[in-house]
Amino acid sequence: MTDVATEAALAHPSRGIHAAQSVWSLRWRRFRHHRGGMASLVILALLVLFCLSAYPLERYLGLDSNTTDLLSRYDPPSATHWLGTDEGGRDELLRLMYGGQISLLVGLLATVIGGGIGVSLGLLAGYFGGKLDSFLMRLTDGVIALPLLPLLIVLAALDLTKLGFSSEFAHSGAAGFWRIVVIIALVDWTAIARLVRAATLAVKERDYVVAARASGAGAFYTMTTHVLPNIVTPIIVAFTLTVGRVILFESVLSFLGFGIVPPTPSWGNMLNNAQELVTTAPALAIYPGLLIFITVIAVNFLGDGMQHAFDPRSERR
Amino acid sequence: MFGFVLRRIGQTLVVLLIMSFIIYGLIGLMPGDPIDIMAASMPGVTPEVVAKLKAIYGLDQPLMLRYWRWLMAALQGDLGFSRTHSQPVLEVLTPALWQTCKLMISSFVLSVVAALILGIVSALRPGGLVDSVVSLFAFAGISVPVFWLALVLILTFAVALHWLPASGMSNVGDGGFMDQVRHLTLPVLTLMLANTGQFTRYVRAAMIETLRMDFVRTAWAKGADAWRVVIVHGLRNALIPVVTIMALSFGTLFSGALVTETMFAQQGMGKMIYDSILSNDFNLALSGLLFATLITLLSNLAADLAYGWLDPRISLG
Amino acid sequence: MQALLSIENVSVSFPQPKRLFGGPRVSLRAVDDVCAEIAEGETLALVGESGSGKTTLGHVVAGLRKPSAGRVRLRGAELNRNNRALAGRAIQIVFQDPFSALDPRMPVSDIVAEPLRIQGIGGKKERRERAAVLVEEVGLPADALNRYPHEFSGGQRQRIAIARALAPAPELIVADEPLSALDVSIQSQILNLFRDIQKREKLSYLFISHDLGVVEHLADRVAVLYLGRVIELARREDIFTHPAHPYTRALLDSMPRIGTGRRRKRSIGGEMPSPLDPPPGCVFHPRCPLAQDICRKVVPRFEPLAARPSHSAACHFKEQA
Repeated sequence: MTDVATEAALAHPSRGIHAAQSVWSLRWRRFRHHRGGMASLVILALLVLFCLSAYPLERYLGLDSNTTDLLSRYDPPSATHWLGTDEGGRDELLRLMYGGQISLLVGLLATVIGGGIGVSLGLLAGYFGGKLDSFLMRLTDGVIALPLLPLLIVLAALDLTKLGFSSEFAHSGAAGFWRIVVIIALVDWTAIARLVRAATLAVKERDYVVAARASGAGAFYTMTTHVLPNIVTPIIVAFTLTVGRVILFESVLSFLGFGIVPPTPSWGNMLNNAQELVTTAPALAIYPGLLIFITVIAVNFLGDGMQHAFDPRSERR
Repeated sequence: MFGFVLRRIGQTLVVLLIMSFIIYGLIGLMPGDPIDIMAASMPGVTPEVVAKLKAIYGLDQPLMLRYWRWLMAALQGDLGFSRTHSQPVLEVLTPALWQTCKLMISSFVLSVVAALILGIVSALRPGGLVDSVVSLFAFAGISVPVFWLALVLILTFAVALHWLPASGMSNVGDGGFMDQVRHLTLPVLTLMLANTGQFTRYVRAAMIETLRMDFVRTAWAKGADAWRVVIVHGLRNALIPVVTIMALSFGTLFSGALVTETMFAQQGMGKMIYDSILSNDFNLALSGLLFATLITLLSNLAADLAYGWLDPRISLG
Repeated sequence: MQALLSIENVSVSFPQPKRLFGGPRVSLRAVDDVCAEIAEGETLALVGESGSGKTTLGHVVAGLRKPSAGRVRLRGAELNRNNRALAGRAIQIVFQDPFSALDPRMPVSDIVAEPLRIQGIGGKKERRERAAVLVEEVGLPADALNRYPHEFSGGQRQRIAIARALAPAPELIVADEPLSALDVSIQSQILNLFRDIQKREKLSYLFISHDLGVVEHLADRVAVLYLGRVIELARREDIFTHPAHPYTRALLDSMPRIGTGRRRKRSIGGEMPSPLDPPPGCVFHPRCPLAQDICRKVVPRFEPLAARPSHSAACHFKEQA
């Protein structure tokens, strides 16, 4: 019994060992042909580099991005303040960099938490079906239908001390940061839950899952060993797209004064006093929003490119 | 059919009831409480008086009981009194609701029209130049922070060009129809641009799918006039799900409306909710949030019913 | 002698979704009161058209579905939730589609050793050694262990699936149409593999097939299933030489035979009725060339033939064949 595949594999013994990697290298090759996706990857790398260079640049310029200096509000760009200063006389460029760290971090953390919720609920609904499934899907439909922004504002305005947290914690910067991460995660899991449910429904009927069950495998084993690894690619794409949405949520909440609390900068809260900026320093009204815009559009193109690379049916563009 | 409609209306009412309880509970967790706020503005009020007042207003009662009382009153049309407006809530709500409807409906209609045109044109030649440009535009639409888009439009059309007013709903002493239109132009434009991107993606995807179908290909092959094929066969089949999805995104639209109204100082529901939360006007915030929920639930209901009505393949048994 | 596996009055029904307005709640009887036994080292073939309930019955035996009524016993012990581990080890399953049967994300070594891992048998190293032995036993090269399913052909994948089924040293393998997705040239190789393994390991098979030709080479006894009911059960040679039920005869007539050149054109007329609404009397009567009035009214009992007690059939005219 010598099939063609066996012969080929015998001729190239190394081929088999790297089979798993070869799937990814194929995808990488397809991804590289997606111009938007490649460009976004480069842009995102540069953005991260930009945000991470905040501290070194601060040392180099000998500035302190947190100290306000009311004598030098809205200074024009200069050798020390490359993009000028903001309404508190702080260096705009450094605040953009630090703000970016916060915005990106919120984006990633809320996506991981919300995505975790979505993956878990989607897996449970898809795998067990029945009453649990219809309950969870009702819940998902309900959350999708809600006007999320007003709800987020209410959640962001809650008094943490009334929830049993110490007053000290409730007013700390960490609480402000984690509050925003958690509430965004709490509302933005529905897309992933639906996707994971649909993918789980398809995978759980495959014979290898049935075979594992026939051998006595429990639900947890089956879900983690067979279902999850086989639906990981659509999940990666969905997570990517979620990062973009979360960054937008964070920015609008911070902009409205319900997100990251100053003096900690975030791209959203740097536009807090936008009405004033529009007339006095229009450039400052542009920078933070432009960075959000570029980040989110790059993230979305990245997701699109990955979708293209992961989908065997997609033609070359 | 009749049974389906009844069931969906029933579901909507249940969701509304659940949401009213959740929102009621959340509002209670916001900082401060009405009596404390009242006491703070009146020096000389002793703690004993405050406690007595709380007892009179039933604020020392358990949550379920307070909710029940509120619900019973609300069902009889008594939504309480707005602290900041010094008016019954309903009288504050009604004009705000009307203002928001003007903004949302006009921008929704414009978005749908623009999305249909752009989506169809790009679906005719996927991957072509037009498609690439439209795709870029659509990605920009879903990636742009709405508040920043509003800022850019204000900077351009109000500050730099002086074509349109940057805020408010009418000029003092004018208030004629054209004046209102001028004031509404920028908000509508903002909301429309923000939504057209996502809508265009829906239309494009649905049109490509439909144009690939056999019966459309047959029509092409038979030499039918190209536009006739697109309009008669393509659009009719692609439109039903697309319009449904658009109607389902009313929740997102409302979130956009909140930001837009805040940016342009339009006294609509969104800005009213935002202001009432900022100023601890609990009655107004509660009712505003409920109305926002009701609007989105009703639009979802309408979308569902329309979908079932229009698509013969869905049996509503 | 006690049977290895006994299927006792097993029924499986699928409740249909409730209708909004009235109407009795109907349920679909996929398997209806089936009894059968499998001895140690024996192969029982389960034959029927698609929709006859043979796969559902296979799933019940493999512990994948709870019967709505009746029970399955392994060496006299009823299989249920309390002894799933026993069934999980003693009964394994091989599927029809070798492409869906293997997890594309697992190397062959993990696939083959998976039942051991699930059952918690042996350590990592021992399981790998066992996998290496099994891979060789089913006729694959030793280096197959480190490769992934997509590198193998259909026949090779089926060998991997068989190796997996053999891993926990089972006593019974449920083989659900294991050949029908394969090329004809590969079919006989896999069929021989099943036979060799049986000889070596003293295994029993519940071999499910729609194709009597395959069954002829492997089965000791044959059960013919129609609309969820066993309508004939006999030793292989009896089924092939003196079939008692007209449905079995029709199946035999429609069977392509080597040597006769082409397929005889006598397939069964009509289609299997919906199991939602089975015909009254004998379920086969709408398609039966011998149907009489009695067949439309009275359900024939499934009982042994007078001449051969080992041969049972459910037909009013079984003795006249």
